[in-house]
Amino acid sequence: MGEFQVHRVRFFAYVPAGIRCLAHSPRSARLALARTDGALEVYNFAANYFQEKGIPGHETRTTEALCWAAGDRLFGAGLGGDISEYDLEKLRVKYSLDGFGGPIWSMAADPSGTQLAVGCEDGSVKLFQVLPDKIQFERSLDRQKGRIMSLSWHPSGTHIAVGSIDLLRVFDVKSGHAIQRILVDRRPQGLYSRECVVWSVAFLSDGTIVSSDSVGKVQFWDSEKGTLLETHPVSSSAVLCLAVSEEEDSIVVGTSEGAVYQFQLLPVKWGSAESKWVRTKPFQHHTHDVRAVAHSATALISGGLDAQLVIRPLMERVHGKGYDAALRKFTFPHRRLVSCAKKAGLLLFQFPQHLELWRLGATNSAGKDGDILPVSRAPEHLLQLKSKGPEHICCSCISLCGSWIAYSTASRLHLHRVHLENGSVSVKRVSKVPKLLCSAHQLLCSADSTSLFVASDEGAVHVLKLLEPGGCGHLQTLRPNSGSAQAVYLLAASADGDWLAAAGGDWEINVYSLRHFKPHCTVPAYNCAVTALAIHPVTNNLVITHSDQQVFEFSIPDREYTTWSRKVQQHGLHKGWLERDTPITHITFNPKQPAHILLHDTHMFCILDKSLPLPDDATPLMNQTALKQLSEKARRGYAHAFKICKKYQPLLFVDLLEEGSLVVVERPLMDIKTQLPPPVQQKKFGT
Amino acid sequence: MVAQQPLRVVRCGGSKLSGARAAFSADAKYLLCASGDYVKVYSTATEKCVHILQGHTNLVTGIQLNPQNHMQLYSCSLDGTIKLWDFTDGILIKTFVVGYKLFAFYTLAGSEDSVFIIIPKKNEDFLDWFQLVSVKLPKTPDQEVEANELSLILDDIGQSPKCTAFGREGEYVASVRGLDLLVYFFKKKKVNRFPLSATSRKGANNYFTCVACHPKEDCIASGHKDGKIRLWRNFNHKREYTFSTLHWHHDVVMDLAFSVEGTSLLSGGVESVLVQWREGSDYKKEFLPRLGSTIEHISASPDGTFYCTSHTENKITIIHSNLSVSAVIQGLVKGSDVKTGLVVDPRTKALVLNGKPGHLQFYCLQTDKQLYNLDIVQQEYIHQIGLNQVDLVKAAFSAQGSWLATVEQREEKETELELQMKLWNYDEQTQSFTLNTRINMPHEDHVTALCFRDTDELEDGTPTLVTAGNDGRFKVWVLVNDSDSEKQSMGWSCDFVGSYHNYPATNCCFSEDGSLLAVSFEETVTVWNSDTWDLICTFCHPPGRIQNLCFGRLSCSKYLLGTTDNGFLCCWNLLSCALEWSAQLNVMVLQPDPLSENIAAVSRLLEGSDLFVFKPNEPRPFCIQRNVCRERVQWAVFIPRDVPDSIGSEKHQWLSRSQLYFLTETQDLLTFSTKSAEERLTPSSKQLAVEESLPMTPFSLLLGKHRHQQRSKENADLDTAVVQSHLAQDSPAIKEVRERESVCEINMHI
Repeated sequence: MGEFQVHRVRFFAYVPAGIRCLAHSPRSARLALARTDGALEVYNFAANYFQEKGIPGHETRTTEALCWAAGDRLFGAGLGGDISEYDLEKLRVKYSLDGFGGPIWSMAADPSGTQLAVGCEDGSVKLFQVLPDKIQFERSLDRQKGRIMSLSWHPSGTHIAVGSIDLLRVFDVKSGHAIQRILVDRRPQGLYSRECVVWSVAFLSDGTIVSSDSVGKVQFWDSEKGTLLETHPVSSSAVLCLAVSEEEDSIVVGTSEGAVYQFQLLPVKWGSAESKWVRTKPFQHHTHDVRAVAHSATALISGGLDAQLVIRPLMERVHGKGYDAALRKFTFPHRRLVSCAKKAGLLLFQFPQHLELWRLGATNSAGKDGDILPVSRAPEHLLQLKSKGPEHICCSCISLCGSWIAYSTASRLHLHRVHLENGSVSVKRVSKVPKLLCSAHQLLCSADSTSLFVASDEGAVHVLKLLEPGGCGHLQTLRPNSGSAQAVYLLAASADGDWLAAAGGDWEINVYSLRHFKPHCTVPAYNCAVTALAIHPVTNNLVITHSDQQVFEFSIPDREYTTWSRKVQQHGLHKGWLERDTPITHITFNPKQPAHILLHDTHMFCILDKSLPLPDDATPLMNQTALKQLSEKARRGYAHAFKICKKYQPLLFVDLLEEGSLVVVERPLMDIKTQLPPPVQQKKFGT
Repeated sequence: MVAQQPLRVVRCGGSKLSGARAAFSADAKYLLCASGDYVKVYSTATEKCVHILQGHTNLVTGIQLNPQNHMQLYSCSLDGTIKLWDFTDGILIKTFVVGYKLFAFYTLAGSEDSVFIIIPKKNEDFLDWFQLVSVKLPKTPDQEVEANELSLILDDIGQSPKCTAFGREGEYVASVRGLDLLVYFFKKKKVNRFPLSATSRKGANNYFTCVACHPKEDCIASGHKDGKIRLWRNFNHKREYTFSTLHWHHDVVMDLAFSVEGTSLLSGGVESVLVQWREGSDYKKEFLPRLGSTIEHISASPDGTFYCTSHTENKITIIHSNLSVSAVIQGLVKGSDVKTGLVVDPRTKALVLNGKPGHLQFYCLQTDKQLYNLDIVQQEYIHQIGLNQVDLVKAAFSAQGSWLATVEQREEKETELELQMKLWNYDEQTQSFTLNTRINMPHEDHVTALCFRDTDELEDGTPTLVTAGNDGRFKVWVLVNDSDSEKQSMGWSCDFVGSYHNYPATNCCFSEDGSLLAVSFEETVTVWNSDTWDLICTFCHPPGRIQNLCFGRLSCSKYLLGTTDNGFLCCWNLLSCALEWSAQLNVMVLQPDPLSENIAAVSRLLEGSDLFVFKPNEPRPFCIQRNVCRERVQWAVFIPRDVPDSIGSEKHQWLSRSQLYFLTETQDLLTFSTKSAEERLTPSSKQLAVEESLPMTPFSLLLGKHRHQQRSKENADLDTAVVQSHLAQDSPAIKEVRERESVCEINMHI
């Protein structure tokens, strides 16, 4: 696979924000996720759990509740007191509406998806009507004392169960009156007892209310009589969230100890109608509070303050031992957060509210394979660029020569000219950025650093001319022929500056000719999300990876898939490759070895050698260490196209510098854990 | 009984009580438990053994009440029979001969005429394959019937009765073996197999150890090697089965039992804590700790008032359902190693030996009951693998039983030895031993022997103790009066230290009158005057390391006997200071009878141990008993009888005043009996157990008096339960008796 000098970068101090709430839409097989910094992500379960969309966070926006309503519309509400609808095509907040009830703790859509119920700090439950292009306040239910922590609609839509401090209430939607008031046990603590927060409720169709509270109990109540049916102590601390499966035979709860439990409705005896809820499986995948859970048809989904999204399939509901039956953990976004100036040896790190520019270290000694070389020049933190305003950065890029830095927030694009002269750094902001570029979803500089490509809404790509000594001008806007509503989120430009490929939210890849500024062709549609794009510098072949782990090579000049790509499709990829967890997030090439493609995901990087035969399922995919022990001759016999390295974990970025050394950006999970607050103290046996 | 009875080796008491799950009678008044070849019936209120159901010729492996008649009990045994008993009267009703070794036995309320047993596959028990079969019990009026209508239910299952359990109303049977849970559904006639993976990343050890079924719901509880309990539900589906996990035990879950209504689950293991899980919840558990030793079996009474746990230390604890101990039935504690040997307490005539770790147990052989435990080490025993505990290695009583000397040691490494000698005084008021003196490191090295001088015949009467150690010294300890002005106290202190060329001292003993002390140093025996502690003479012929040493008694008190490791038994005359005679005999144990001149020697050749009884003045033994048992005999002791036994045979006259007990390597306590099989089988069941529970009325008192008189005439010492050793089957003497026995049994039933 060739030997490289590797820059092993561990100074990217990225800490992903904790997960605050989840909303699963079984109809579209999508999961919406809100983080504590207000960012929103949408995962597509049909496309191998790919993070399809991302809306950057906002300093003042804290989302407490998410729900899907009226088809595929996504609503969020938070402690700011606003209810917002998200525009998933343009990847931003469509509009916000004040609920006029103080901070909003909970929100749920009614079963038909036409009404939203919102639980507020002042104790009121407000109903909003979902209209085709907005929501409208309808009425308030009877206001009671105590903030509404959680609420749930009865599947018939006639009643709402509400969880508050120390009690549960049932409202009749028609009359708006509270028809039931159920007191929940408090936690005894010395002479006094501590208040019991009902963190989550669920209303089942048979009239049972399930509640989870801060005492650590999951309780089942009869909503008509107001009596306790069953109580299950689950945790010594709080049970923060619960979710019910669509069939109402399984419940998942998450505790502040990081444990997730499943409850199942099981018959007491076979053939008898009597059944009871039994706590069955415990899962301990999180180290911190599990703030949100969701129950899909085949999996338990949990997200916690440790920023992990865990998807645990239920073995009995998954058929076959394939891709779907594997446990999945996502910690890092499926987006590129690092950009590299290959010529200058600079790295640009993107944080939610600032950018960091680093110069890579250097060494003047050489060594054998596996040696750690002494650093003659330590890596240097050159620059920190703080974004202005409350909005978070959504994308950034640095030009290959390292002289231009561009980043964008939800509302505006920023461009900076960087001067690096023997050690001193100076930055000049380009003041006049054309106004039409109000939202950018991806940025890319051309290879010769003369133009900047800005991916925008409705499939458009704006081309900006970068002018020395620090200016820019709008050159062209490229639009697909077909006309698309989705935003473009991936860009790739050819090294000779002739071609630009852009992938949008509808998974269509358009290739534009930059010489004529018009669409050149469209890559044949493939029914899976695109995770990375790159154009080969020599052959101008476009390499595409999809979330189902397929790799395609498309010849731009010939407007067709290459023979190698066809061969791959015919032969099929190795099983081990197809069952990987995370998508390929970046592709790069080695100019000295035109047959090589460098790809990486979170857990490995791979050099794909097109000249070697493809492996079949019988040969092991990860055979690098085994190969090392063989003789040179035998090694050649066993070699196959996939050369995989798993030494660096977890990987955020891999690129090849101009001078031929490899940059590897790692973010060890332990380093993230140390940044988190201490978890709930738990007694462990034997300590 | 004119004909001379052959001497038979019989097992005497101390059988394992925890061999199988105990069973309660329906009203929970009696506890039935398998004990060796017998089934014992205990009263739960008084802890007394009410009946011994005798009849099986091999280990009883399972007992269960007859679901059709709760006054009857089924028992199964390795001898291949199922017996039906009336346990209130102690009468054998019926014997079903199956013809296979039976390892477990189950009955179901629903199936009237068939029961379930676990038998080895193809009747070859060296293969670790067993099968669960159902047996049709024929309904014939005969006493003994063949039951050979077997039908296979589950193949390739575990041998232990704990590994199979029958579910609610006999709908299914669950069996565990290795990593598999098998559930067989009787109605659908199908088997579901649920495999687990051997280990997980978190270090789980998922091997199954036991299983129990919920009596009312479809729920199976299984115990695992890593201490987890899994509650399986929905197991009638091959895929959608589910289980929840309860985890408190840190080591193997030994047994599980549901309460009668199924509201709580009981579990136990090496922690010796009974855990009660309510409603299968991890959060609602209650504990009954400090039960003494590993819980092996748990059972619940049918009326729900009692639980009982059987422990490895041969104990059954009856526990009230509110988790308080209500009664303890304690048998002879059989530890891993009896280091103290068999000692007789002169006061109670009880057998004294190592009991629980760090304890000395006083065991009454007549009633087969433990009298009490004396905590010697006085430290909490911590169950942990690899932890070196303090071990009780030596114990000795003074002649009157007023003093007890014990030695405990703890050996961390070769070089680090902790020794402690304790001297205990018998307190008449509290009727127990109290610690008098504690001596740290009495010797630099292991203590090899200790003995008291019999002081009763001496004028001065100072209690004297001699210890011999591997450090080449013997030390004489005497009781001195170190009373201060204000406080009267007595304590032991070292009086004399003797050595002989720095050879390790291996044995020591006093002559009967206490005037001479013999100490052996490697190959040399030295004799010392116990008044002046002067060396009188030495014996070193023939060469060989001395292993046992004892003085002759009564008329033979001029002789000193010793055995060497190269296979010689020597007798020296103390008057002539010369070797009187010697014989080539590989003696393992040499034991003098305290009441006569007789000395018993147990020798071992290649296989089997032989017993020789002789008088020192005569080199020819007057009693030779070949092949008393297959294993090595570790210890032997003569225990004086309360009443001299009238023994017809001249040859066995030596057994009339005291009885010889011996302990084998496998911890079997055996003795000799001259009684015939007929005598042994005289039914002890005349006493009706029912009367015990009747209220006391003047009439019953009158009747009881009358009966008591009758009974006392009939049997003088039937209390002593003598058991035929199944391990000593090879002994020809026993075989013969066994044949006679079976004839007698049949006669009796006819």
